Amino acid sequence: MATASDARDKNWFIDKFFQSLMFVCGISAIVFVVGIFLFVFKEGLGFIVNDLNVAEFFFSPKWRPTSLHQPTYGILAMVAGTAAVTVLAMAICLPFSIGAAIFIAEFATGKTREILKILIEFLAAIPSVVWGFIALSIMNPLIITTFEVPMGLGVLNSALILALMAAPIVTSIAEDAFKAVPDTYREAAEALGATRWQTIHKVVLPAAKNGLLSAGLLGVGRGFGETMAILMASGHSINIPTSVFDSFRALTATIAAELGETAVGSPHYQSLFAIGIFLFFITFLINMTADFIVRGVKKG
Amino acid sequence: MVSTAHNKIEVQDLSIHYGAHKALGNVSLTVRKNEIFGIIGPANSGKTSFLNAVNRMDMMRPNMNVSGTVRIDGIETRSWRNVYALRRKIGVVFPLPVGLPLTVYDNVALAPRLAGTAGSRADLNELVERCLRRAALWDEVKDRLTHLGSLLSGGQQQRLTIARALSQSPEILMLDEFSIAVDPVTTMRIEDVLKELKEEVTIILVTNLVQQANRLADRTAFFLNGECVEIDDTETLFSGSAKDPRTNDYIGGKFG
Ligand SMILES: Nc1ncnc2c1ncn2[C@@H]1O[C@H](COP(=O)(O)OP(=O)(O)OP(=O)(O)O)[C@@H](O)[C@H]1O
Ligand SMILES: [Mg+2]
Repeated sequence: MATASDARDKNWFIDKFFQSLMFVCGISAIVFVVGIFLFVFKEGLGFIVNDLNVAEFFFSPKWRPTSLHQPTYGILAMVAGTAAVTVLAMAICLPFSIGAAIFIAEFATGKTREILKILIEFLAAIPSVVWGFIALSIMNPLIITTFEVPMGLGVLNSALILALMAAPIVTSIAEDAFKAVPDTYREAAEALGATRWQTIHKVVLPAAKNGLLSAGLLGVGRGFGETMAILMASGHSINIPTSVFDSFRALTATIAAELGETAVGSPHYQSLFAIGIFLFFITFLINMTADFIVRGVKKG
Repeated sequence: MVSTAHNKIEVQDLSIHYGAHKALGNVSLTVRKNEIFGIIGPANSGKTSFLNAVNRMDMMRPNMNVSGTVRIDGIETRSWRNVYALRRKIGVVFPLPVGLPLTVYDNVALAPRLAGTAGSRADLNELVERCLRRAALWDEVKDRLTHLGSLLSGGQQQRLTIARALSQSPEILMLDEFSIAVDPVTTMRIEDVLKELKEEVTIILVTNLVQQANRLADRTAFFLNGECVEIDDTETLFSGSAKDPRTNDYIGGKFG
């Protein structure tokens, strides 16, 4: 029935226009992601098809792409190093960050809170390379003298740096998670006679669980993705670390350090892209896990 | 004011300020043991603020200042060092139901667990069932005790809140406009529950429904703009013999 009251007015067209605009923006995000993935995949494909020995790639600790008689492409040492550092960094970072977030969200008021938040934002603004510099010139001698070891670059140094780098973002995501818990929950708990700590422990933390989980996983993602600071703090020698003072080499740092020196299209070049694909895969897995856990939590 | 055995709560010269804003001024009243004490009044008259002062929730609000005294069983609430123990004596039901994001069971079991009085699993099961029954909710949730309490319907959540408030075996139950998000049938059921409960607890019933106070309250106070205009037996107030014309106007539906 096309009556006058059914006429498509200005608002209708504006609405359609913005809907289309949002659609284009949304689609373009997908296009970029797929595009990047295709590029990386295409570059690594030749290696995966021609040169990749799966067993060697994943289970050999030897990364000798430039060896003349027998190049080996094993990433085991780098995976072990990266994973060890990430785990250690999170073990250091999460308790502090969540504690800081609890303090900021639940206890601090007025000036204290503002100052803390500014300090944390300041921490987040420090560029990666400055952290690497701190690792080399402050942490390194500190670790050497404190623990009386010959070298201060390695797992411990990297984990400390990574923990410090991840702390601001983990703290602010965790704080958001606490802020998202309605005050009515807190008041209901306190009216039941819950102490401040009981309120946080029994009501706020469970309610913020999902947000805290994503904060943690963001930290893990950061650990796998961080390049520059780790390149400087790790010692960069290929080695499966057996102690926290051992040097290691990160997956990302390998790509960053070697990509410029390889001939485009060579097996070495392609193998670096294969590492890229592997990193993609890890990130994907982390996100899937997060999704999975969050959904499990929701079902209760 | 002399403290007598059947006075549960004695309030004297209670004033509440939010910063410079006065929300309640010089209220003095007594609530007797095992009565339902109604508080009626339009929005912003200071009813919720009054309740918050009784269980000292002002401690959570830096801008809320309370002066005057509130005595429970003759003991000034301000002299309690362990305010959490004080609050355990007072159950609170809020205007909008607050189903905590815990299971139905855990919602009701929370208070005894917090207080460390949960006892054995069997005791706790029994307590949870008893509280849910008294809140007229047991039959509806007995098969989904492990579901999230926050997923119940609004009316069910409000009864869950009442069950939760009862689980701490309170001496005082304060309800703040509990029926605001509840359908009339459920409201009636909760009202019946309250009539039974008053055998065991003292109830302060803040309500925006004048007739609800008429149905339930033994005595009623009328708050208006931070002032306690009048307190009397509910019957007296509603029979048209209120002393203050504003009370008559409000009860008669002339404003508010
Ligand atoms: N946290 C607060 N901060 C500042 N002012 C407040 C706060 N809580 C209440 N007030 C003010 O105190 C006055 C009384 O509010 P109160 O909530 O006690 O009224 P009420 O009688 O419960 O109203 P309603 O029927 O709408 O619930 C209002 O003017 C309100 O704006
Ligand atoms: Mg109110």
